Amino acid sequence: MTFMQKTLGTVAALALSAGAALADPALVYDLGGKFDKSFNEAAYNGAERWAKETGGSYKDIEMQSEAQREQALRRFAEAGYNPVITTGFSFAEPIKNVAADYPDTKFVNVDGFLPEIPENVLLINFQEHQGSYLVGMLAAMESKSGTVGFVGGMDIPLIRHFACGYAQGAKAVNPDINVIANMTGTTPAAWNDPVKGAELAKAQIGQGADVIYAAAGGTGLGVLQTAADEGIYSIGVDSNQNHLHPGSVLTSMLKRVDNAVYEAMTAGADLETGKFMTLGLAEEGVGYAVDENNSELITDEMTATVEDAKAKIISGDIDVVSYYANDSCPALDF
Amino acid sequence: MDFATLLQLLESTIRMSTPLLLACLAGLFSERSGIFDIGLEGKMLIAAFFSAAIAYNTGNVWLGLLAGIGASLGLSAIHGLASITFRGNQLISGVALNFLASGITVLIAQSWYKQGGKTPTLTGGARLNEINLPLTETLRDVPVLGPIYAQVISGHAPLVYVAFLAVPATWWLLFRTRFGLRLRAVGEAPEAVDTAGISVIRLRYTAVAICGILCGIAGAYMATGLQPFFGKEMTAGRGYIALAALIFAKWRPWYALAACLLFGFLQAVAIRFQNFDLGAFTVPVQVMDALPYILTVVILAGFIGKAIPPRAGGTPYVKER
Repeated sequence: MTFMQKTLGTVAALALSAGAALADPALVYDLGGKFDKSFNEAAYNGAERWAKETGGSYKDIEMQSEAQREQALRRFAEAGYNPVITTGFSFAEPIKNVAADYPDTKFVNVDGFLPEIPENVLLINFQEHQGSYLVGMLAAMESKSGTVGFVGGMDIPLIRHFACGYAQGAKAVNPDINVIANMTGTTPAAWNDPVKGAELAKAQIGQGADVIYAAAGGTGLGVLQTAADEGIYSIGVDSNQNHLHPGSVLTSMLKRVDNAVYEAMTAGADLETGKFMTLGLAEEGVGYAVDENNSELITDEMTATVEDAKAKIISGDIDVVSYYANDSCPALDF
Repeated sequence: MDFATLLQLLESTIRMSTPLLLACLAGLFSERSGIFDIGLEGKMLIAAFFSAAIAYNTGNVWLGLLAGIGASLGLSAIHGLASITFRGNQLISGVALNFLASGITVLIAQSWYKQGGKTPTLTGGARLNEINLPLTETLRDVPVLGPIYAQVISGHAPLVYVAFLAVPATWWLLFRTRFGLRLRAVGEAPEAVDTAGISVIRLRYTAVAICGILCGIAGAYMATGLQPFFGKEMTAGRGYIALAALIFAKWRPWYALAACLLFGFLQAVAIRFQNFDLGAFTVPVQVMDALPYILTVVILAGFIGKAIPPRAGGTPYVKER
C-alpha cells in the first residue's frame, strides 16, 4: 500500500514537473481580434503553422478591453507558459510592468517600443514604411487619374508610418501624384467600423482616387468592399488579402507577423531576449503579395520597377524616411 | 468647395444619418413612454448580424430584414420584461443587453461561418441594392435641382426612404392619434393613464416593441445596405450618438430629423475634409467627431433652450393598492 502510494505520488510529481518543463507558448491578440483577416490573424496563422509542424500546442486569448492586458500576461506567466507572445504596440507598457515579476518567463511583443528593454523581453518591429513604399509604387503605376488614397484605422504614429512610406513610394514613381490620406478615428472603435471605412473610400473616390490602400483592420474590409463595388483598385494590409476581391485588390502589403510568431514559438524557452529586433525587406519581414488573384494586374514592367526599388532599399541606395524619425513625413501632411 | 463636392457631401450625409435617424426615432418611442433605452446600440448590432446572416443563408434580403427586426424585437422583449414587468433598473438592463448583443453576435457568427465573427459577403439578391426614384434620368439635366434630385435624393437603398418617411409617421402617430396621446401621457404621468382605465403595461410594451422594429431596420440597413456583411461591433457607437441626438432633439420627431441630419452632416464633413480649413485656422478632425457630444452637453446644460426628458422616464410604474 505504501509502495503504491509512493509510486503514485512520484508519478504525479513527475507529471507536474513535466508540465512545467515542457512549457507551451501562449499568444495574446490585440483588440482587433484573432480573425481580423489582417494583423492578428497573421499571428494566429504563424502559431497554427508551428502547432501543425511540431505537433505542439499553445494557448491563446483575445483582448476585450484595455484593462485586461496586464491581467492576461500575469495569468499566462503564472500558469507557466513560455514564451508569452503578444501582438500590438499597446502591450509594451503592460509587459514592462509585468516582466520583472516573472524573470523566468520570456515575453515577446510585436510592434511595441520601450526605451529600456528588460532582460526577458523581446520586441519585434517591422519596417512597414519599406513595404508600404513598394505598394505605393504599385499604386502610382496602376493609377490612371493621378490620385491615390490611403485609409488608416486609429490615428496613431504606427499608421502614419504606413501612410508615410506609401506616399513616398507613390511620389517616387510620379512626383505630381496626389495622395489623399484619411484616418477613421481616434478611438479603438476605428479598427472595426467598415461602414465608415466605406464612406471614407467613397469620399476619396469622389476626389478622384482610383487606388486606395487600407491599413485599418476590420475597417479596411469596408474599404476593399467599396473599391470592388465602385470598380477601382484597393491594397490590403498585413495578411494577404488578395483573395477577398480577386481582380480588385491590386496587392497586399505583407507584414510577416506569422513568421515572427512562428520563430518565437520554435525557439521556445531558448528565445534570445533583452533586445529589439527589426524586420525589414532584407529579412523578408515585409513585402508585397502576388498570387493567382492579382497576377494579371501586376505587369512585368511593374514587377521589374518594384524589384529594382526593393534591391535599392536593401542596399541603402534608396532611403525611405521613417515617420518615427522626427514625427513628420516629407511626402505627406497629416 | 464646388457644387459637385457639396453634392457628394450631402449624399454622404443622407447615408450616415439614416441609421442614426432610425435609432433616434426608436429611442423616442421608448423614452416617450417612460422607458429609457440605452440598449439601442445592442439592438442595432444584433439586427445587423441576423439580417446579414439570414440574408446570406436564404439569398433574400427581405427575409434578412425580417430576421433582423425579429432579433431586435427579442432584445426589446427582454428589456420590457426586465424594466416593465419586473420593474428593474432600465439603464442596467440596457447596458446588459448591449454586452449580450456584442458577445452573442460574434459567438454565433463564428460558430456558423468560421470567419472570425464576420458573415460572408452578401451578393445579388441577398444585398440591399440602391434604387433610383422615378424621373431621375429625365430630371438630371435640369440645372441645380436636377443633380440634387439625382444624386442626393435618389439612388439610396429603400430603407433610407423608410427612415425619412418614419419621421412624419412618428409625428402623426404621437401627436395626432389617441394612441399617441396615451403614449406621451404614460411617459409623463402613468398614474393618470391608469386612472383613466388604460393599461400602462400594455402601452409601454407597445412602445418598446416599436423601438425594437425601428432598431431592427437600422441594423439591417447597416449590414445589408451600407455594407454587404456583418463585422464585429460594426455599429461602432452609433446607438449612443442616436441617444445624444434624441436629447439634442428634445424628444421630438422633427427635431430628431434635424439633429440626425446635423450629426450625419458633421460625420460627412469629417470624412471628406478630415482637417477642416476655415482659412484663418484649421478645425482638427477630432473636434468634428466630438461635436455631437459637445452639442448634446451644451443642450443638457441648458445653454440653448432646455431639454426636459419625459417626467416618468426611468421609473417603473407601481400601481397603488
